Order: sequence, then structure tokens, then C-alpha cells
Amino acid sequence: MKDLKTTFTVSIYTENNLGLLNRISAIFLKRHINIDSLTTSQSEIKDIFRFVIVVNASEFMIKRLVKQIEKQIEVIASFYHTDDQTIFLETALYKVKSKSLFDEKHIQKIIKNSQANIVTVSPNYFVIEKTGWREDTEKLYNELEPYGLLQFVRSGRISVSKEPMNISNILGLNSDK
Amino acid sequence: MKNINNKISGAEAVIRSLIEENVDLIYGYPGGAIMPIYDELYKFQEKINHVLTRHEQGATHAAQGFSRVSGKVGVVMATSGPGATNLVTGIADAQIDSTPMVCITGQVASHLLGSDAFQETDIIGISTPVTKWNCQVTKAKDIPKILAKAFYIAKSGRPGPVLIDITKDAQFELMDYKYEKCHSVRSYKPVPDYSIEQIKNASKLINEAKKPFIVFGQGVILGDAENEFKDLIEKTGIPSAWTILGLSALPTDHYLNVGMVGMHGNYGPNVLTNECDLLIAIGMRFDDRVTGNLESYAKQAKIIHMEIDPAEIDKNVESDVAVLGNIKDTIPLLSSMVNKNSHKEWLEKFNNFYDIEFKKVINDEINPTKEGLTMAEVIKEINNSTKGDAIIVTDVGQHQMVTCRYAKFNKSKSNVTSGGLGTMGFALPAALGAKMGAPEREVVAVIGDGGYQMTIQELGTIFQTGSAVKIVVLNNNFLGMVRQWQEMFFDKRYASTELVNPDFVTIAKGYYIEAEKVSERKKLKNAVNKMIKSKKPYFLEVTIEKENNVFPMIPTGASVSEIRLE
Ligand SMILES: Cc1ncc(C[n+]2csc(CCOP(=O)(O)OP(=O)(O)O)c2C)c(N)n1
Repeated sequence: MKDLKTTFTVSIYTENNLGLLNRISAIFLKRHINIDSLTTSQSEIKDIFRFVIVVNASEFMIKRLVKQIEKQIEVIASFYHTDDQTIFLETALYKVKSKSLFDEKHIQKIIKNSQANIVTVSPNYFVIEKTGWREDTEKLYNELEPYGLLQFVRSGRISVSKEPMNISNILGLNSDK
Repeated sequence: MKNINNKISGAEAVIRSLIEENVDLIYGYPGGAIMPIYDELYKFQEKINHVLTRHEQGATHAAQGFSRVSGKVGVVMATSGPGATNLVTGIADAQIDSTPMVCITGQVASHLLGSDAFQETDIIGISTPVTKWNCQVTKAKDIPKILAKAFYIAKSGRPGPVLIDITKDAQFELMDYKYEKCHSVRSYKPVPDYSIEQIKNASKLINEAKKPFIVFGQGVILGDAENEFKDLIEKTGIPSAWTILGLSALPTDHYLNVGMVGMHGNYGPNVLTNECDLLIAIGMRFDDRVTGNLESYAKQAKIIHMEIDPAEIDKNVESDVAVLGNIKDTIPLLSSMVNKNSHKEWLEKFNNFYDIEFKKVINDEINPTKEGLTMAEVIKEINNSTKGDAIIVTDVGQHQMVTCRYAKFNKSKSNVTSGGLGTMGFALPAALGAKMGAPEREVVAVIGDGGYQMTIQELGTIFQTGSAVKIVVLNNNFLGMVRQWQEMFFDKRYASTELVNPDFVTIAKGYYIEAEKVSERKKLKNAVNKMIKSKKPYFLEVTIEKENNVFPMIPTGASVSEIRLE
């Protein structure tokens, strides 16, 4: 229905422009839509950037919102997808006291079972990296937390769509001559 | 400032770029951060007329008025900090009413950015939500390219305001000047492609409809499609109503013009919105002041939406057939596919509703028998005197609704008002801009005593430029529209709506503008005629019955068919 909310991944292809982040976030803010995560990076095309924004909203709202985003001059195209239409991941980093690694045998097992990677080991701390779905990084968090986490951080979602987005085509077409 | 290498300053590049864009008129106000550009304006004053308004907001509204009557891009200049922030209201107004405008602001030198330097404000951040595009320039070499892009974006597709912020060092810096007009921006598609299939679908719905109804907006004017539009309605015989910004696109006395939709629109078009079997929306955006409660808006009808901006499709009202594209292209295609028709009985229904409205509302307004003067009778006298050939500029409030309801228009681009934003203070500077944009035409500004005092200082600009603007203040000693709501919905608790006004005639005379005040019906006609005959700026104050109300009215949250006549 009109008000039923789900998770949507909004993908936006843009020219690199200083003020664009401001413009785009204002579109969400104005409608009181909380941004769950936001990632920007280079895209598959040179000098074209890609935003991946995750929001919890109704499709009614997201449809209108994506059109407003697309209307911005420096936005090339904007799409929205449900989770089953994309391949998506997040990365989390866990910083743990080195002492626990040696004192608590169980930790090693946790790391192994979770298929996480040890990125760095130093005399005082070591850092574990886990990439996967939210449930995976959360599970590892819950398992490590009792041993004391010095720091924890999780990236925004990155995602690619299953269907093509045809940005090159769009770029080729946009001319008013 | 040329040096041996034929380099010019960024400031000179600004002026040369403006000349390339055929700009010969700018409204603005100088200050520290834009002085190099003003210095160039001084050197190029043979080519560009800079009009010094008395406030930067006035400059924006003047540029809007200029644009609305001429179809050209309005250009505004201001300094950094307070100069730039004073533009914000006018920019927001231009954004919501789709008026092409380029604002150039000075900014502190780039090495000072972010240091809270004197008169530094983040005008890019501030103006982002209210501009079609904005951009800060810190290098002189970027100026021509960015200005070319600014003009292209402002006027193409659905027009809108653009702000370019130029740091002071970029104005001084020397550069090799070369200007190339902008014809495309790869991430921007101003006019979406139309689909013949959708136009066919639209024609099918039109050919099948028994009670089709058109609501048109400013898109018809911005798309320069008045004739195409008229051909379409005359061929199909479809009754057509306008939004406030669509006013004047179709002559008032055209037999298919059935009046205004919306909150203070006409009885028939509002009620019959909920009776038509097909609603064809052309270049309009279903503003809430037009639709009333969306849950009960035209639910029985199929909807065709012809629109240039894809973001407007299904935004407020979901359409059965959406025809994207420029209506200048799509309307003739549609016309070629529809059958010739005349919906006599259906049109008659609108006329019947008009007769009811005339008896219950209009007659008492334009032919009052009570002592106090009404706003509508003043408009009637202006109609008589100008024969419907004038450009009418209105401010915001009761007088605006009354003027739009009763003013007569023969020509397009003749109604200049602040629709979407409802900006009090718009009319006086906008009238100046309108007169400068169409000097051969009569320009009459109709303003309330409240809004007049929001930009009253622009009398100085009118006087200094000698623009023969005719200014009518309808003085009810109240913020009338708000008072009317207080009367109707707040048990007449007139909280801060009563105005104790100055002697407006003396103020106008203080600016050397001929002025008169009328409080009696028998003197009204002569006073209006005298004003219209004058070849100079002229001020006329009319004392209006204090509690004169505007009807019909759709109360907020009510359905269009629940429109009240009293
Ligand atoms: C800048 C601004 N402030 C406040 C309002 C709210 N408002 C809308 S109409 C109105 C009253 C206008 O009074 P007046 O100018 O005397 O015109 P009247 O309604 O009496 O014709 C007000 C205060 C507004 N539209 N714009």
C-alpha cells in the first residue's frame, strides 16, 4: 500500500560536482526520509560518480523522490531497487586487544567460523575485517563484543544491480541539438 | 583591462559573456565583493543598462517581472553576504513559478573562503534548495563557460533560477577570453522525448469522452504554445479553465474559457472537476491550492497529463495517460488525431454555474449597492479603461485573487503574479520589471496595503528610471486575506492583521510620483481614467470596504466540489 515501508537501494550516477551531495541529501531531508547509509565512489565510467543510498521508505515515496533526484542538473540517472534486485555488501572492521586473542582461545574459533580476515596484528591490538550482509557483520559483532571491542565501524552498503542501468546510452543520448 | 597578451579580467569576461547572451538589462545592487564587475559595468554602460533597485529582493522581483512579460532571462547582480541572502526570496519565487533568471553574486576572495571573512556567507549552500542550478567560480578562466551554462540551464526545459557565485580574486584575475554558447549538458535532458503511442492514447480518451475538461497552467505560456492550445480546444470544443499562472494564455472572453480553478476560482470549473469524465491537465502541476483535498479530486475522471517535467507526472495526481515533452510539439500532434467536436450541453453546464455565481457573488462585487468600495469594482474600472490590453501585476492576498478573477486579458504574458510562493512585496518591483520588459504596453500593478509596504522603497527605482508604472493600492487597512481566514475560521480574532497606515499619497509624492486617493464610488472612474491616461508613473490609492471578502472559496482540506459561495 501507499504507506508500506521497505528497504530500497537508490543508485545515482552523477557528474562530479561539489554541491551535489548537499542537493541530494536535501531531497531526502525535506521529506523526512532518514538515510540509513550513503556511499559515493567512482563508477564504471571515467569521471562519473556513483552514489549508493539506502533508505527505508514506501515505494510511493521513493518513486517520486528518485524523479526529484534525477531532475538535478548534474545527475545523469537515478534508480531504485529492492534487495532482491541487487547484489549488495557491507564491510565491518573490529579492533580487538591482542591480549584477548591469546588469552581467549574461543576468539580464534569465532574468527575462523565467521570467515573473517585478520587485517593487522600488532603487540597491542589486532584488526578483523568482515564483508557480507548486515546479519553477518552483526553476528560477528555480537560474538566479539563480550571480549571487548576497542573500536567497531561498518561501511555503508555498496551494491550493483542485477539488471543493466545503461548509463553510457543515457550519456550518448542527452543532447538538445 | 587589457594587457599586452590581450588578456582580460574575469570581471570583464562576465560583462562580455552577458553581452553574448543578449543581455542589455540587469537589476542589482553593488558592494565590496562585486565591485570589479560593477567597474566593468560602468565601462560597458552603452551596452548594458544596470538598474539600481533599493533592495536586492526588489532586483529579483523586477527581473521576474521582466522575464514573465518578455520571455527572456532576467539577470540580477548582488554582492556577497547580505546582498546575496537578500536574493533568496526572489530566487525561491522564481524556482516555484519556473521563471528563468540568472543571479550573479560576488563572493569573498577564494583564499578567505571558509574563514568567516567579512560578508562571507555560503550562498551556494543557502540557495541550493531553491535554484535549478548553482555554481561557485574561483578561477577567471571558468567564467565564460559557467555563464554560458547558466543561461542555457535557466531558459531550457522547465525554466528556473540559476545562481553563479564569483570570488573576488576570480573577478580580478586575467584570462584569455573566448565565448561559446552552451547547447547541451550531458547529464541534463531539458525536454523529455514524447511518445506517439501516448499521444494516440490521449486522443482516444478525448474522442471517447462525453464530458472532457481542460485545466491549463503556465506551461502554455512558457512553451510559447498559446496558438497551438487554442487550435486544440477549438477543434475539440473542450471547456478550459486556468490555474492562476495560466491566466492570460487564453483570452478572457474566449467562448471556451470557463474561468479559474482552485481555492478562489470559479464555481463551475471547481464543481465540475468532480463531474467531468476526462480531465486534461496541460502545463500545470496540480498544486494543492488548485486541487483541494486530493482524496476527492476528480476521482471519477480519467486523467491526461501533458507536461515537460517528468517529476511532475504522478507527483500529486496519478495520470492514466502521461504525455511528456514540449507541448509546442505534442499539442499539434494531438490536435491532428482528435475528432472535431463541440460539447454544447456540457459547456452549457459551466455557463449555468457561472449564472449562479454571478447572482450570488459576482454581481454584488462588481456592481455593489452598499456604501463601501469593493476591490472588484476597481478592477472593473481598470478593465473599462485599459480594454483588457494591459499587463496586470498583482501582489499577494485578497486583491490578487479578486484581480485574477475579474481582470480582463486579451493577450498572453499579461498576468504577472507570485503564484507558487505567494510572496508579498512581489508586485511593485515586478511591475517595474514588466514595464521595462514591455515598454510599449500599459502596466498596472494592483497591490494590498500590506504587501505594498514590504517593497515600497522601489518607488525610488520607479522614479529614478522614470518607468510609467501605474500603481493601485487597494487599501482595506488590514492584511485582508489573513483577516478573512480569521473571520471564517478563528471566530474573528483579528490577531495582528490590522494596519495603521501612513499617508500613501504623501509618500508617493515624496518620490515625485503623481498621486491621488479615492474613497468615493462616484470619483473612481475618473481617477482610474486619469491614471491610465498618464504617461508617467502614477499612484492611486483606493479606500476599500474593510471587511470585503473573496468568494467563492474552497476551505483548506475540503474538496473542490465543496466550494463555498458565501
Ligand atoms: C512575505 C509574506 N509574508 C506573509 C504572507 C502571508 N499573507 C498572505 S496574504 C497576507 C495579507 C496580505 O495583506 P494585503 O497586502 O493588505 O492584501 P489584501 O489581502 O488585504 O488584499 C499575508 C500576511 C505572505 N504571503 N508573504
